[in-house]
Amino acid sequence: MPQISQLAATYSSQIFWMLVIFGAVFFLVGRGMAPKVLETMEGRDQKIAADLAAAEAARHEAQAQDDAWKAAAAKQRGEAQALIAAAKAEAAKAAEVRLAAAGADAEAKVAEAEARIAAARQGALAEIETVAAEAAADIAARVAGLTVAADAARAAVKDVLHG
Amino acid sequence: MATEAKVDPMHQFTIEPLFGTDHWALGGFNIAFTNSALWMLISAVVLYAFMLGGMKRELVPGRWQMMVESMTGFIENMLSANVGKEGRKYLPYVFSLFMFILFANLLGLLPLGLVGLHPFTFTSHFTATGVLAILSFAIVLVVGFYKHGLHFFSLFVPHGTPLPMIPLIFVIELVSFLVRPFSLGLRLFVAMMAGHVLLEVLSSFVIGGANAGAFFMGLVSIPSFILMVAICALEILVAGIQAYVFALLTSLYINDAEHLH
Repeated sequence: MPQISQLAATYSSQIFWMLVIFGAVFFLVGRGMAPKVLETMEGRDQKIAADLAAAEAARHEAQAQDDAWKAAAAKQRGEAQALIAAAKAEAAKAAEVRLAAAGADAEAKVAEAEARIAAARQGALAEIETVAAEAAADIAARVAGLTVAADAARAAVKDVLHG
Repeated sequence: MATEAKVDPMHQFTIEPLFGTDHWALGGFNIAFTNSALWMLISAVVLYAFMLGGMKRELVPGRWQMMVESMTGFIENMLSANVGKEGRKYLPYVFSLFMFILFANLLGLLPLGLVGLHPFTFTSHFTATGVLAILSFAIVLVVGFYKHGLHFFSLFVPHGTPLPMIPLIFVIELVSFLVRPFSLGLRLFVAMMAGHVLLEVLSSFVIGGANAGAFFMGLVSIPSFILMVAICALEILVAGIQAYVFALLTSLYINDAEHLH
């Protein structure tokens, strides 16, 4: 077994070179490179975490803007509907006023016409009374030879006509 | 048959000085640049090259960067699960440990014998694994005594131990604590050596059976070869598992030092 039979001759060389070469590995690889590799890995993890956080923030921002936009749209829709309602109410009012004016005009015309008709009828009635009184007086003079005063005849006719 | 094919399953662990450096010495100690040191260097260079491919530091990683990052993330997870947030500062050490052992184990399994090279698994030498185990243990001791002072000894007295039991428990816990560096280093060394010996023994069966004629080839060589293929797959698994166990136990021991219990 060379490990034991060569022990006395080789132990110092083995220990020396092991210390030298492992020492070099420790300082060059262990202290020089491994921490940098870890640093790179950590930097990457941090970058990923930061990017994820940024994406999350952007998503929140987009959500907030969407909400704000929806609220604005709802508000504007409400305003528009209020405007439409106001315009409708105004139009209805104006129409009513005009209708009322036209109605009043028509009523006035009807009333005037009715008044004219009534006056005409009154006039006609008066005419009929006069003619009837003259006719009654005429008839009385021809049938009974009575001379009836015009006033009496008119009164009698009025009496008969109006019951 | 001229010479009997002789396969020595232990020969693969022989350490040989390379490039005529066997007289190199430092303070009276021999520090020859051996095949073991060469494979330590190869593991380190390959590990460095592997990591270099992951240093592009792109936001969207490519495949190579993904591999490096998943390895780093794996050790980071292990430390944060076992030690907590203090585990972060041990990442350089535990990561180097895991990757160095993993690359050493895997490179030692490369079938380079096919092109005439001889891969050497230095993690199959307890002189090499022992250095790593003692390093881990030393870190535990230093961190434990630095953070907790003499209170660190309360690690050896679990909560709720009845008073008369304390001396006994203390001794048992102390022994189990002191055994840690040995178990840590020996586990890796034994696992790697056992796998390589097993492969070598089976390959000697394949060669021996083939040399003994067609009947033994069918009876011994072919089943042994099939078994070798399966055990090669198992060894790749063991290479990963042993590196993981070494790093996991180190992080558990560090957790003891950081938090006592």
